[in-house]
Amino acid sequence: MSKLSVSHLLGIKYLTDADIELIFETSSHFKEVINRPIKKVPSLRDVTIANIFFENSTRTKLSFELAQKRLSADVINFSASNSSVKKGESLIDTVNNILSMKVDMVVMRHPNPGAAMFLSKHVNASIINAGDGAHEHPTQALLDCFSIREKLGEIRGKKVVIIGDILHSRVALSNIFALKKLGAEVMVCGPLTLIPKHIESLGISVETNLEKALQWADVANVLRVQFERMKASFFPSNREYAMQYGITKKVLEKVDKELLIMHPGPINRGVEISSDVADSENAIILDQVQNGVAVRMAILYLLASKIEQ
Amino acid sequence: MSNRLFLDTKEIQIILNRLACQLREKHQDFSNSILIGIQPRGAVLVKRLLSILEQEDHLEAIEHGFLDITFFRDDFRRSEKVLSANKNLMDVSVENKKVVLIDDVLYTGRSVRAALTAIDSYGRPSEIELLTLIDRRFSRHLPIQPDYLGRQVDAIADEKVLVHWHEEHGEDAVYIINKTNE
Repeated sequence: MSKLSVSHLLGIKYLTDADIELIFETSSHFKEVINRPIKKVPSLRDVTIANIFFENSTRTKLSFELAQKRLSADVINFSASNSSVKKGESLIDTVNNILSMKVDMVVMRHPNPGAAMFLSKHVNASIINAGDGAHEHPTQALLDCFSIREKLGEIRGKKVVIIGDILHSRVALSNIFALKKLGAEVMVCGPLTLIPKHIESLGISVETNLEKALQWADVANVLRVQFERMKASFFPSNREYAMQYGITKKVLEKVDKELLIMHPGPINRGVEISSDVADSENAIILDQVQNGVAVRMAILYLLASKIEQ
Repeated sequence: MSNRLFLDTKEIQIILNRLACQLREKHQDFSNSILIGIQPRGAVLVKRLLSILEQEDHLEAIEHGFLDITFFRDDFRRSEKVLSANKNLMDVSVENKKVVLIDDVLYTGRSVRAALTAIDSYGRPSEIELLTLIDRRFSRHLPIQPDYLGRQVDAIADEKVLVHWHEEHGEDAVYIINKTNE
């Protein structure tokens, strides 16, 4: 077995194809581990990890923390809302203070794109990007691809459409990088106001008609409309968005084909996806969450093996 | 590379038959026992013993499992080698069962220690025994000894004991290899 080519997980674009393959192979072993009667292994018992979240998170934070605990790592949690960041401390000072308490790895979410990269250059610890602004969210893309591979056997040649708020989404960008590396065909679909200009240059197609996009695809990855990042009005109303781009049973019946429905969560039920679709058999939203723990365990395990004793 | 043949096919066959007999003597019909092979190299040995017990003693459906110990090893981050996992096939509960851990070569004892920890994930066995084909005596790092033993060998640290199985290498044989000449 080879090692990862990187010492930090900053984004999918820094990973090689072999890295992704290694992460998937290790993830399937950890998926078996988390389905044992006792789900804990002692691999990381001498590793200390800080989860630093400058932005809200439920799933990612829980998933990382659970993955760390399943690997027996020592975990400290930090969220910006109740810390000295409010008193004006800089990012490097905050993190260096945490590191002086002998922390080996940092999992960080930050509202600014490039924050994880910046940190990796200035502090002495292994950095995992848990989302940096609208830039990348590599663990989400890896768990999405792992889930597709698990359901469909392989990713090469599969057609994946990413639907919704592409403009504000780090999940979209990381997914595009990962899917392209793994040989999938990728399309983005949504109102033009929510699709970044020149996104075709990433080697993907753009479609504004939801029905046509679904007709084309094997997998539909539905993204959340990120109201909290919207500083202008990108569409007239939620109701209109739901009518044009909401995945409902009616739309799926019209398309009439086997489609895998994914959503990174949290769901705005009734906006980008209706409840009956989100809870249907074709939706693998909860599988994604379970795979998230296994994939994060694999990433922590593989990166920890590169930390000097 | 100097390969010294330590056991040939016939000798291995005799040893396996004896080990199966010893297991039978202690565990009778195996109704409360489980054979667990440590992955990857203990798995073949378990399959061999099962087939002897089935053919000679007509004992079918003996409970068994193949245990991967990768994530329990104590040399993670301490060796240059990346620890790569194997398939873990443990569709059994060891609660209150007599477990026989099985591996091909007993060397430092660290794999067995990891296996003892890993077994805990599947329940609390009433007892655990150890069966190994080869025991490299005088090279133990931990106080661990086999209960059932194929053959002892005094190999020095520069040497490696390699077990070949018909299923994987086309022959049953045990070689002692000098690592310095590898």
